[in-house]
Amino acid sequence: MKQNDNDIHAADTRDSIWRAGLRAAMPAKERTAIPRAAMPQLDPAYRITCNEEVNRGLDEEQAVAEATRCLDCPDPQCVTGCPVNIDIPGFIKNIQRGETLEAAAILKRTSALPAVCGRVCPQERQCESRCIYNKMKRPPVAIGYLERFAADTERRALADGAHPDIDKAAPNGLRVAVAGSGPCALSFAGDMARRGFEVDVFEALHEIGGVLKYGIPEFRLPNAVVDSELDNLRRLGVRFHTDIVIGKTLSYDDLIERGYSGLFVASGAGLPRFMGIPGENFIGVMSSNEYLTRINLMGAGSPDAPTPVARGRRVAVIGGGNTAMDSVRTARRMGAERAIIVYRRSLAEMPARIEEVEHAKEEGVEFLTLCNPVEYLADENGRVRAMRVQRMELGQPDASGRRSPVPIPGAIDEIEVDEVIVSVGVSPNPLIPDSISGLDVTSRGTIAVDENLRSSIPLIFAGGDIVRGGATVILAMGDGRRAAAAMAAQLLKQKK
Amino acid sequence: MFNIIEKEHFSEKVVKLVVEAPEIARARKPGHFVIVRTGSKGERIPLTIADADPVAGTITLVVQAVGDSTRLLCELSAGDSLTDLVGPLGRSTEIRHHSEGAVVCCGGGVGVAPLLPIIKAMKAAGNRVISVLAARSRDLIILEDEVRTHSDEVIIMTDDGSYGRKGLVTAGVEEVLQRETVAEVVTIGPPVMMKFVALLTRKYNVPTLCSLNTIMVDGTGMCGACRVNVGGKMRFVCVDGPEFDAHQVDFDEMMMRMRAYDKQKP
Repeated sequence: MKQNDNDIHAADTRDSIWRAGLRAAMPAKERTAIPRAAMPQLDPAYRITCNEEVNRGLDEEQAVAEATRCLDCPDPQCVTGCPVNIDIPGFIKNIQRGETLEAAAILKRTSALPAVCGRVCPQERQCESRCIYNKMKRPPVAIGYLERFAADTERRALADGAHPDIDKAAPNGLRVAVAGSGPCALSFAGDMARRGFEVDVFEALHEIGGVLKYGIPEFRLPNAVVDSELDNLRRLGVRFHTDIVIGKTLSYDDLIERGYSGLFVASGAGLPRFMGIPGENFIGVMSSNEYLTRINLMGAGSPDAPTPVARGRRVAVIGGGNTAMDSVRTARRMGAERAIIVYRRSLAEMPARIEEVEHAKEEGVEFLTLCNPVEYLADENGRVRAMRVQRMELGQPDASGRRSPVPIPGAIDEIEVDEVIVSVGVSPNPLIPDSISGLDVTSRGTIAVDENLRSSIPLIFAGGDIVRGGATVILAMGDGRRAAAAMAAQLLKQKK
Repeated sequence: MFNIIEKEHFSEKVVKLVVEAPEIARARKPGHFVIVRTGSKGERIPLTIADADPVAGTITLVVQAVGDSTRLLCELSAGDSLTDLVGPLGRSTEIRHHSEGAVVCCGGGVGVAPLLPIIKAMKAAGNRVISVLAARSRDLIILEDEVRTHSDEVIIMTDDGSYGRKGLVTAGVEEVLQRETVAEVVTIGPPVMMKFVALLTRKYNVPTLCSLNTIMVDGTGMCGACRVNVGGKMRFVCVDGPEFDAHQVDFDEMMMRMRAYDKQKP
């Protein structure tokens, strides 16, 4: 069920004259000799004083040189490494020939949020990991940097008054509702709007964007970038509604009564997980969701925001994922003198993106690996003052293939901390599964769906973390896309 | 959206706001709460719903000015509007008919506001309802007339004896427990009050429901700030509550956690 809108744009195929011309213009040997572009970055000493975006983006000269490196393979493996199968050589070659807006248009055909993906996707594990350059023992083409370049160039052009390219089918008279407004919901909404559906997105919070707003910090993904992606969707006709909880404010029956033909549930990850160790409810111990939401969504820490947040001097962040890196880097920016990642495996097993780990190290974050907290200690007011950590060593590989950590008997250290941020994962948000009767839920609390992301109720589809339990932005977007294709096919068939 | 239709001062720091919110007015049940925000940078404040009129499309909120954000909310007038209002959130109260024994509903301070819809529903379900209202002094007793309309008996307790009887809410509740069969107690008010009501009713072995008003950020099951220890298990007030078996709640830990930001608030 691979949806490929690219087929209808034959002018962009590899066989088009201009692309053959680009390939012929420079021998492969010369291309492969070009060094991979380095991302311009803010100086670490400066960036921990503010929230400005760390990566500044390639300039045009860098981007064209990087695009020239791409060999425009006859069977491009990078595309297979992308969860939404973006036409990677197609957009890259347009950058090389100076048609960056055309490159952006190609991206938008498959990705609702290219400026976001160019920033937060783990390209080193996806598209870039399949690049032919890896086989030549050279660094892969910087696909992520180029994606960001194309999307940013288009955003600047639109801000300067360029006419937006709205690629959309005629209205088909059907209306669909979307619960949630994170990457999965937005991807679905964009695809359905393009197919001619009326789309209403309902968000429980007071801001649209889900994890892109409350979770990922400004220094990695500026809100202005997200807002501009939202404007793109508004131009496609998508309507956004804040302060509405599907299942609570409006029930599924209300939606059907109001003329919606289907509901897509992308309500995301919910309840933070804790470890169940003594002292976890002391003051100063909180989930990464709470810490990041206070700061990113509520503006805590800025003088004009009434929402408070603890500003620890010695902050421990428990976990090794991207959310842990976002939290620990935020803690440095909030003034922590010591900001420590505490992770029970070794650096090699850490799930966070390499770039995030590198940035964190540059910013003075300490990494306490092969350590697992076993208890928190508090002062007489219940405020956390220290943690006890169990030292670990790597044992045999577990089911995931990673060597599992085993405690070293008796090796327990006490470390002084005044704030602890627990970032060990989330469980699915229970609000919608709890409030729609007849909706099948798995033992993990996720919504049960078939291969087309259809739930036990035929007019309800679901995707993203509410189905996966916890995944990346791009996997969530891939779900939105697949669900849109399947729901559109089903609804249009029913209509006939 | 979310226009304030009516405002009434219950006391210097306690106001009643009737707010236009047709969807919430239609969907809400006793026990539900909402999250309110005032101003574009405003804090998200959880408030239990005191009443609703689905025909008029309004809900009633009772707010006590305790910090900057609630004070700002109390300063709004009829004609102003709330920046954000979302709900109904949480699980609704399980209303049972008890063929034997009364239902005692005891509320302290502004806790009487969220208690009112439960009193109404308990009465409508055919229960004998005895309401115990408590406050520091006479001027802090709220919604007395409404409570009387839906109760078989009302006992008023004030700390200073300025109205009703002098004494704590527990004295009023214990009087009822001693004289007649009580099937269920519902208690809403300051945590320390609920803690002592729970200790009392445990002695009499009467099932007791409490409604918790912990610190929340999103209020939709995302941040975990509202977590409480109930029967040794971590529960989230926003999605598992706000009502819990009062005999299982670790009130001491909850009160400690509610002081988390005391230092940072003037």
